[in-house]
Amino acid sequence: MIKLVGVEKTLGGQKVLRGVTLSIPAGKLTTIIGPSGEGKSVLLKHMIGLMKPDRGEVWVGNEEISRLRGEALNTARKRFSMLFQGAALFDSLTVTDNVAFPLREKLHLPEKEVARRVGERLEQVGLAGMGHKYPSELSGGMKKRAGLARALVMEPEIVLFDEPTTGLDPLMAHTIHALISSTQRRFGFTAVMVSHEIPEVFLISDWVAMLKSGRIAAMAPAAEFINTTDPEVREFIGVGAAAQRAG
Amino acid sequence: MDPFVLTRSLQRIGAVTLFLLGEMGRMVLFLLATIGWLFRPPFRLFQVFKQVHFVGFKSTFVVVLTAAFTGMVLGLQGYYTLRKYGSEGALGSAVALSIIRELGPVLAALMVTARAGSAMTAEIGIMRITEQIDAMETMAINPLQYLIAPKIVAGLISVPLLVAMFDVVGIVGGYLVGVDLLGGNPGSYWSSIEAAVEWKDVYGGILKSISFGLIVTWVCCYKGYFTRMSAEGLGAATTEAVVLASVLVLVWDYFLTSVLL
Repeated sequence: MIKLVGVEKTLGGQKVLRGVTLSIPAGKLTTIIGPSGEGKSVLLKHMIGLMKPDRGEVWVGNEEISRLRGEALNTARKRFSMLFQGAALFDSLTVTDNVAFPLREKLHLPEKEVARRVGERLEQVGLAGMGHKYPSELSGGMKKRAGLARALVMEPEIVLFDEPTTGLDPLMAHTIHALISSTQRRFGFTAVMVSHEIPEVFLISDWVAMLKSGRIAAMAPAAEFINTTDPEVREFIGVGAAAQRAG
Repeated sequence: MDPFVLTRSLQRIGAVTLFLLGEMGRMVLFLLATIGWLFRPPFRLFQVFKQVHFVGFKSTFVVVLTAAFTGMVLGLQGYYTLRKYGSEGALGSAVALSIIRELGPVLAALMVTARAGSAMTAEIGIMRITEQIDAMETMAINPLQYLIAPKIVAGLISVPLLVAMFDVVGIVGGYLVGVDLLGGNPGSYWSSIEAAVEWKDVYGGILKSISFGLIVTWVCCYKGYFTRMSAEGLGAATTEAVVLASVLVLVWDYFLTSVLL
């Protein structure tokens, strides 16, 4: 579905991505893990065309999104949604208007239909009755859930999640993960998630990839990933440490 | 003495020049791209009205206050200066010409920069830092069209209207002090205005106010749109926006005046 070939990117004089080659399977939830500051969010932004690689290619289906500009890029982006790290809700709009924003701007649906779809999504993420509130009146978890509702309202083919649980307590993080997992299974979209939540990501993801030193150090189905023999990956996911403690 | 001091100085001058040229180029491209999006549907009239309300209506109080005191101080200074030469009758024309030609457009633009321009930079900058602009792009909505173009149109509409208001209030302020308070002749005040103010003065003021509206919104939007991704960066962007917009207004005022006169 999404394919990155030898993607390189330098930001502020620092080489962040050093030839990332990665294939994201369609209809599955793939999680990218890795140390902080390794460029996981930068990688996501390349997938949706918010950033252009200095070298390499980014393919979405049969289109090379890294070469698209203007209207062609906008058309390609219609297949996507993205949940940002801080939810990126528009401050000046209520929760309802935030969720309705892409419907009104892109689909020009009648208001009755917009209200129905928004209500359905808000209920799904547990925010029914909160639609009149502004983002500044919401807690971190509620913002993420509102962001999730906005990301899903257009029923996209591909959803990108940029650290959806950062800054949340474990219970709320678990709730958000459960929501992502259940909606992904229900709608069958292709999901790419950047997360630090180990080991929980292994329970909800179909595939896990690890980004280290600007390259993909490992990628495997979640169940197999835990059994990796790569010492660096084992150290990062805590398998080695856990084994040492146990032994 | 460092034998390379001259080389190093030249390198520094060269680097600064290249940076400034690059920045100017980026600013012009930003404006051209925004103008390009202005003429493409959907036309966001509601956003334009919202921005006219913010830039225009909400700046009315501060502009009227500035205008009243500017007119009053001109009346005061003008009356005592002209009385020395026995020309108090020319007070109206002195106040009106100063305000219509120069002070109205310049001071109103500076007030709009301070009140609305700084807020624009901060708003757009926060949207950039909190990834709201990126979110818009991922929804295939162009931020230049949705966010920037309505603000620039609002500047083009609001600043001339505020300047017109400034002119009227300033002239009345001059009258209150020069005539009502200091005892000047009311008939001479108004007749000297009628005799001295020509269409080209009013036209020049309108032209200035439109160009100032463009400069203020363009600079303030640009600085917010390309802010550095930190609170410190946003603070610096807001300061730079206000300083650059104010300086450009004054510099452009000089060049435009030299052409119009």
